[in-house]
Order: sequence, then structure tokens, then C-alpha cells
Amino acid sequence: MLKQYKTVTEIAGPLMIVEGIKDVKYEEMVEVELSDGSKRRGRVLEITDKHAVVQMFEDSRGLEVKGAKATFLGKTMEVGVSKDMLGRVFDGAGTPKDGLPQIVAEKKLDINGAPVNPYSRDYPNAFIQTGISTIDGLNTLVRGQKLPIFSGSGLPHAEFAAQIARQAKVVKPDGTSEGNFAVVFAAMGITYEESEFFINQFKETGAIERAVLYVNLANDPVIERITLPRIALTTAEYLAFELGLHVLVILTDMTNYCEALREISAARKEIPGRRGYPGYLYTDLSTIYERAGRLKGRQGSITQIPVLTMPEDDKTHPIPDLTGYITEGQIMLSRELHRKGIYPAVDVLPSLSRLKDKGIGEGKTRDDHSGVLNQLFAAYARGKEAKELAVILGEAALSDADKKYAQFADEFEDKFVRQRLDEDRTIKETLDLAWKLLAILPKSELKRVKEEHVEKYLPK
Amino acid sequence: MQKLGKIIKVSGPLVVASGMDDAKMYDVVKVSEKKLIGEIIELKGDKASIQVYEETSGLGPDEPVYPTDKPLSVELGPGLLTSIYDGIQRPLQAIEAKAKSPYITRGIEANGIDRKKKWEFVPTVKNGDTVGEGDVIGEVDETSLIKHKVMVPPGVKGKIEGIKKGEYTVEDTIAKVGSTNISMMQIWPIRQPRPVQSQLLPTEPLLTGQRVIDAFFPVVKGGTACVPGPFGSGKTVVQHQLAKWADADVIIFIGCGERGNEMTDVLQEFPELIDPKTGKALMERTVLIANTSNMPVAAREASVYTGITIAEYFRDMGYKVALMADSTSRWAEALREMSGRLEEMPGEEGYPAYLGSRTASFYERAGYVTCLGSDKREGSLTVIGAVSPPGGDLSEPVTQNTLRVVKVFWGLDAQLAYRRHFPAINWLTSYSLYYNDVNPFMKQNAGDDWPEMRTQAMDLLQQEARLQEIVRLVGVEALSAKEQLVLDTAKAIREDFLHQNAFDDVDTYTSAKKMYWMLKAILTFHHEGIKALDAGKELKQLIELPIKDKIAKAKMIEEKNMSELEKLTEQIKSEINK
Repeated sequence: MLKQYKTVTEIAGPLMIVEGIKDVKYEEMVEVELSDGSKRRGRVLEITDKHAVVQMFEDSRGLEVKGAKATFLGKTMEVGVSKDMLGRVFDGAGTPKDGLPQIVAEKKLDINGAPVNPYSRDYPNAFIQTGISTIDGLNTLVRGQKLPIFSGSGLPHAEFAAQIARQAKVVKPDGTSEGNFAVVFAAMGITYEESEFFINQFKETGAIERAVLYVNLANDPVIERITLPRIALTTAEYLAFELGLHVLVILTDMTNYCEALREISAARKEIPGRRGYPGYLYTDLSTIYERAGRLKGRQGSITQIPVLTMPEDDKTHPIPDLTGYITEGQIMLSRELHRKGIYPAVDVLPSLSRLKDKGIGEGKTRDDHSGVLNQLFAAYARGKEAKELAVILGEAALSDADKKYAQFADEFEDKFVRQRLDEDRTIKETLDLAWKLLAILPKSELKRVKEEHVEKYLPK
Repeated sequence: MQKLGKIIKVSGPLVVASGMDDAKMYDVVKVSEKKLIGEIIELKGDKASIQVYEETSGLGPDEPVYPTDKPLSVELGPGLLTSIYDGIQRPLQAIEAKAKSPYITRGIEANGIDRKKKWEFVPTVKNGDTVGEGDVIGEVDETSLIKHKVMVPPGVKGKIEGIKKGEYTVEDTIAKVGSTNISMMQIWPIRQPRPVQSQLLPTEPLLTGQRVIDAFFPVVKGGTACVPGPFGSGKTVVQHQLAKWADADVIIFIGCGERGNEMTDVLQEFPELIDPKTGKALMERTVLIANTSNMPVAAREASVYTGITIAEYFRDMGYKVALMADSTSRWAEALREMSGRLEEMPGEEGYPAYLGSRTASFYERAGYVTCLGSDKREGSLTVIGAVSPPGGDLSEPVTQNTLRVVKVFWGLDAQLAYRRHFPAINWLTSYSLYYNDVNPFMKQNAGDDWPEMRTQAMDLLQQEARLQEIVRLVGVEALSAKEQLVLDTAKAIREDFLHQNAFDDVDTYTSAKKMYWMLKAILTFHHEGIKALDAGKELKQLIELPIKDKIAKAKMIEEKNMSELEKLTEQIKSEINK
């Protein structure tokens, strides 16, 4: 028999203190019944022999000290998972949001997951084609990777993330794609419009059939943002490692998640770290991001694309900074390119995929990929430098080679980076396009590609 | 029967228990019926604060706490090499086998060293010999690369009895010294440095085969170095290169709070790597400690100590050991997290006030020493710590506290990495305080005029930085021919000497001799060029000489064709003066 406590003594922000408790465990779930009969849920955040600090998942509006009855449920937070979740929309507590009935759970799983033994992981090395040249060609995504998009307010990261979700597929070397792909979409604190945009995108393309959506809107309880990504990832783990699907998880917007975390930390009067974020932000983020990956002897994989908006486009802000230390690279969006009207505004030079080397080359993409990638990076960097120089000294001051590089940089942005919203380039198209652009440069400048590849691929 | 404690508070990895008046600081306890491993980090009256090395959800007040009366220790003996441990020396493979799951479940106990495996023990002393602490009494071929020396534990001495060649497990008694039974395994608390006879001043460089390090910013055997780098600046590749190529006998690699996939890469790649010097698997001289960022935070705090204690043990055998910790910032963050939970008064940026002293005492465990034992063998322990400064801001406390104690600083630069200049070690901001210590060695092994060459090359790079500013303002034409030659030479130093491709079979390692001749070629071109300019030659003529191409390709000359490289200097002279 579960005991009910009427000893709620304090409510501060999302936290509630219950006194005189017995046999309560750390991280146990709590149900609070209010005098009007409504029920709220929470979780034990700290426990002593005298009292328990409970973090409420929903809004604390209407919570009361006097009439509230707290029941400790004797279990940690779990989510019911099943195959039928594909095609459905849920909120941050895992309740259906699409008007359809609750799912029948095949299994109940602890949302916190357990850390994966590094020894049991399998190294990600299978290429995922997103159809976007700047990713496939230069910052290749592989199955089991976590590759965040660093964006700023007002940049089209939603369109970009949706395009990736729509187009991503696992391609075999012969060009056919594998079918067992699924998307888990976790939205934290985004606007109604943005959420509708994503849902419609998924519906229009039929992608919703193989997607699970978790949505917490900007006016939904802040605290649900803490549990939402964990529920989403628990679902993803089930789909990937039990059902053998290749799951792409999109988490947007991680900045809202971190802010929710800061809110709770402040309510608990913890000693703040940088910019008021709690000192354990790194550890906390890692428990989300590290749930990407592959396991030895299991079919599926989890690939994560977290989206975060950098406050003031500052990548040294704690959120992008700590994220960058955990994730395997980042795709940076650039305001400058966006202003030039280039979509997707991927800032190629600071973008990076740490795992690309194992996912490209012969048998995965094409034998010339690695050389082309290095050549494009080097040539574009040189071209941008040349253009900066031209701004100061005038175009006439550039050497002939530099003029070519400057031209290359412009064409590169215009043809390679720029892509239509519905343009799905195969990796072969991307690489051929790259060679076409490299042909602008004198042949002697192509030092980073192999001689034989120049012969084979450079348009004559 | 010992008195049990009782949990009165749980908050994340911190558990407070009462009834612990017999406990001592840093004793290990087992928490609750799940027997989670924890360590006492604060005592107040009969209350003990315990940092728990495993996930604490589901714990609650009134559950028991079992004291063990022992400090957190590691097991030292044959079987360490080739192992892959978590932060508290549990082999990851054994955890997987016991958990029967790819996840790390709680309460798993696994011995650091396999108890069943038998090792062939060969005594090196006879019965009746008198031995003291640290004396080697026998050897075990632990791997094909490393002979494990079985030593008399510190504090034991007397006459040897009952020593015999044979196959033993690590727990079997192999001899009796005085009244103590000796087995091949020693147990040592991780927070206590292992004793040595005396500390020496280091003089020998730890050659890494990486030109920018060996030439410009050398580290010595027994020295300390720090690699800070913003993310994406190639820190990991530098560390892997060091692990592969550094001329140390034993490598300890600590992945402290780093990425799971990256750790998996290390775990999968290291066993396949071939030690370039012996042709055997690199893993045979390596111990890996992997505590990824999502594994319990307290174990992360312990992992660096676990690693360095194992490193000291091999040093005590007289080996040259190199320890790499990636990244100490994560270790410091673990300290901060625990300190916050203990409600201690915070210092800078929320880090505890004792961050500096903890950092210093960790790095001080490095050194070149005379080991315990009557044969006065010498061993060394080099510590290379990576720090990950938030936002690349080097003024933050972890970097600053580290820089106060280490003597080498390899400043990785994201700008260089964007330009695909690897290793992205900035030659203007990095430093090494070991020049004078390594000069005699380098004179002997590279060339007599090495110290002067190094100074010249660094001076040229410094000049380049200054000249670049002028060029940016008024264009390259405003410079004199000589200054333009300086720019050209500096570029050669950067691109043809400092730039090194870790993934190229030849370029990945450079010996001191090759390094000397490569730099010699570049500097000879410069000196002869200046002379030629004085004699009225045109700069354009000089720069377009075909020999320049040969200088650029010098890095691709294999070590066995060194004479080709030596000839290059003469060729340059004759071509310029033609």
C-alpha cells in the first residue's frame, strides 16, 4: 500500500518539500493530489531522513501547501514503449497529444538509461546520405554519430533540420537505400508555428509513418523539457537496439533545455557555474548526447542531430561550448551567408565532423572523397582570405592565382553550398559538382587530390 | 564485526550516512544492499559524506552503509598491461561479461587483475639472500614487450625463503621475505604517491617523432606538459600520436570524461596499432582507463589517480612511463560538482578553492627518479595532461592552475586547424622550459649546432608575424627583398617543417637526425639566399629555384635514405651560387 503524505511544507518554483517521510528513494516518482482532485507528477531530487525535495514536472501554478497529498510511487520514471509509437505525437510527459488513445506498452523502460560500456560500443563508420552537399561532401555524417547544428536566432535551422530528417537515408555503395530508418523528433520549448511546420513537413512527405514526435511548446511547462529528451531517447533506444531500426534523433532546441536546467538549479539555490548554469551542465548534457551510438552485436543505431541557438551567435557561450566538447563535431550556420540569401547557410570552415574519415572513401562513398574534401576546404579558405585582401587593397592587388581562388570561393558558395529546400543530391552528384568547381583553379594548385583522381574526375 | 552506517541523505552522487564514527577519511564503503562503491570525503561528528562511484537512483534513508576500513586502492601486478579499465580499475570487459548487457549496471564487482591466470615466474634472487623494499626478486614475461618485475613491497625487508621458479597466480605466495609472505600482487591506495629513493633532475628528451614538439617545444622524460585546446583543434590526434610514437616503455592513457565513441575508437584502434619500434601490438605496453562523460562523475574524479598509481608502479620497475590524461578539465569539473554538493565555499568560477593544490600534487607525481631497491635503477614518469578550456579561454582556472605547475605548454590553435595545419600547435604562444635540459642530448643526437638552429628558426617565425602585419596594411611589395625572403623561409618552416601529416606512413614519425637535416636545408637556403641577394641576385630567381621543391618534399624521404637528405644542403649551396 502506497502512503499518502499531507506534509508538504514548502513550494518554491518547480520544487516542493515534503516532510516526515519514510522509505522514500532518490529519483522516485511522486504523484501529488490537490484539493480539487487534480493530479500532478514529480520526482525526488534530494532526500534526507527528514524531508524530500521534489521536482514537479508540470506547472507549479495552483500547487498548495495545505491541501496537497503526496504519494511516493516506489519506482523511478519510466516510459512505456512499443512499435505503435511510430507515427504518433506525444508531450513531455509521454502522454499522446494527437487525440488518439494511449499506446499499449510492450515494455516499460527507465528514462535515464544506463551508461553504455565503452567496450560494448561499436565504432560508427557507415555513411548516411542527407542529400545536402555541405554535410555529405565536407562534414559527413555517419550512423551513431552526434552532430549538432549550431545556429542563431532568426536563422533557418528548422528548415534545415527538417530537410535532413526528410532526406536522410542509409545508402549502400550501389546507390540503393536501406529501408529500416526511423526518426525520433524531440522539440523543447519551440513555438507553435515551428512545431506545426515540422509536423506538416513530416505529414506531407509521409515521413510521419516512420517518426515519433515529442513536442513541448514554448508555453508548456518548462520542467517537462528536462524529461522530454530522455523519454525521446529511451524510445529511440528501444527502436534502435530492440527493433533494429536506424534512428535519427533530432533534438531542438537544446538551449531551451539548458535554460530549464538552470531554472531548477537556481530554485535549489545551488552554486552557479558559468553564466548561472549549474556546474554539472557538462555531465548532464553528456547523459543526453552520449546516448547516441551503436552497440556491438545489435542491428540498429542512434544518430543524433541536436539543434541549438547560440545566444548572440557566440560559440563560446557555455551551451554550444560544452556541447562541442561532447559531440563529434558541429555544423555551424552563418548569418553572413544567410544575409546573402544562401540556403542552407552552412559556414563550412568552422564546421566539422570528427567521424567522417571512417565513413568515406572507396566502398562507402567514392575513392576521391577524402582528397576532394581537403582540397575544397583549403581552396575555400584561401579564396576567402583573398577576398578579404581584395577588400583592403582592391582587387587589382591580387595575384592571378588569388583571383582564381576568389572566384572559386564565390562559385563555391553559390553552387555548392546553396541548395533548394527540396534538392536531394546524391553523394555522386555532390562530388561531381565539387570537381566542376575545382576546375576553376589551375591544375597545378590541386595539391591535395591524387594525380589519378584528377585524371579520372576533373572535367576536361 | 564492524558497525554499519545508515544513510540519512542522498543527493546525486553524494550520500551522507550517520553512525560512521569509526570511519577514516578516504576509506571505501559499500552503500546499501546493492553494494555500490563509495569513498568518504568528509567527516562531521558521526556523519560521513560519501561520494558514490555509481548511479544512486533508488537509494534512500535508513539503508545500510558497510565500511571496509581500506582506502580506495588499485591492484598492481602482472595482468595490468593490455587491460581496459573504468575509473576505479574494473576491467570493462569483465563488466560486460558480468552485466550480460552493453550497459554498465550497478553494483558489479570485478577484480582489477585476473586471479585465475597463471604466470611463469622466474626468480632473480636466491634463497637466503637479504633483500629490502623495492628490490626485484623475480620476473614475469607479462607481454612480449615488457618484463614485469616483481618487487618487494615498500616497508618489507629480510631474508628470502622458499623462492622457486614456477607457474603462479597473482595471489599465490612466491616467497617469504622475513616474516612476510610475498605474492606477485601489491595493493596500493591511489591517492598516495608510491615511494622512491630520490628524485633526479630530468635531462633526456621524450622524443615523440613530432617535429614541432621535438624541435621547438620538447618535453623531457619525467617532465610535465599541458595541451589545452578548444574543441576541434586536433587535440585528440596529437595525443594519439604521442601514445603511438613517444619513446616510452609503457603508456598509460586515461580517457577522463570524454566521448564514448572516441573512447571506442581508442579501444578498437589501439589493439590494432603496431608499435613502430618493435613490430608488436602497441597494446602490449599500454593500459587504458576509460571513463566516459556519462559514466558516474565520482569515478571520473578517481580515474586520474588510478592511472597515475599504475604508472608509478611501472616506473618503480625502472621503466620510462608516459601518462596521458584527456582531459583534466573534466576531472576538475568532477571536483567542482562534488564540492558543490558538499556545499563548500566556492573559489573561482565555482571550482573549489583546493583546485590549485590538487592539480599541483597530481603533476608532482611525475618525475625522473631513483627507484626503491638496492640496484638504484632509474625510472621516469612523464605526465601529459590535456585541458579543455571553455570557449578556448585560457584565463579560466583549470588552465591557469595547470600552467603554474607544468613546464611545457603546447597551445593548440583553432585557426590553424581551420587552415588544416596539423599538428595545430601555435609556434608563437607555446613554450617549453626544458631547452637547457635537452640541449646536450640534442647536440649529440641531432647535430652540434642544433640549439642555434632552433633559435634561428623561431626567430624567423617571430619576424614573420611582425612582417605579416605590415603586409596586411601596405602589401608585400613594400618589403625589402631580404624581408620577403624571411617571409618565404618562414613559410617553408611552417609548411615544410612544422606541418606534419599524422596519417602518412613516412611523415607520421621523424627522428631527431632527420629533423635536423630538414631544418638545416631550410636554413641553408635562407643564409645562402641572403648572401646571394647581397651579391645582387634577384629575389624572384631565388624563389623559383627548383631545389625549393626538393626542400618541400624532404619530409617524404624515408629514414633509411637519410644520406639523400644530408646531400640536400650541399645541393642548395651549389644551386644558389650557380
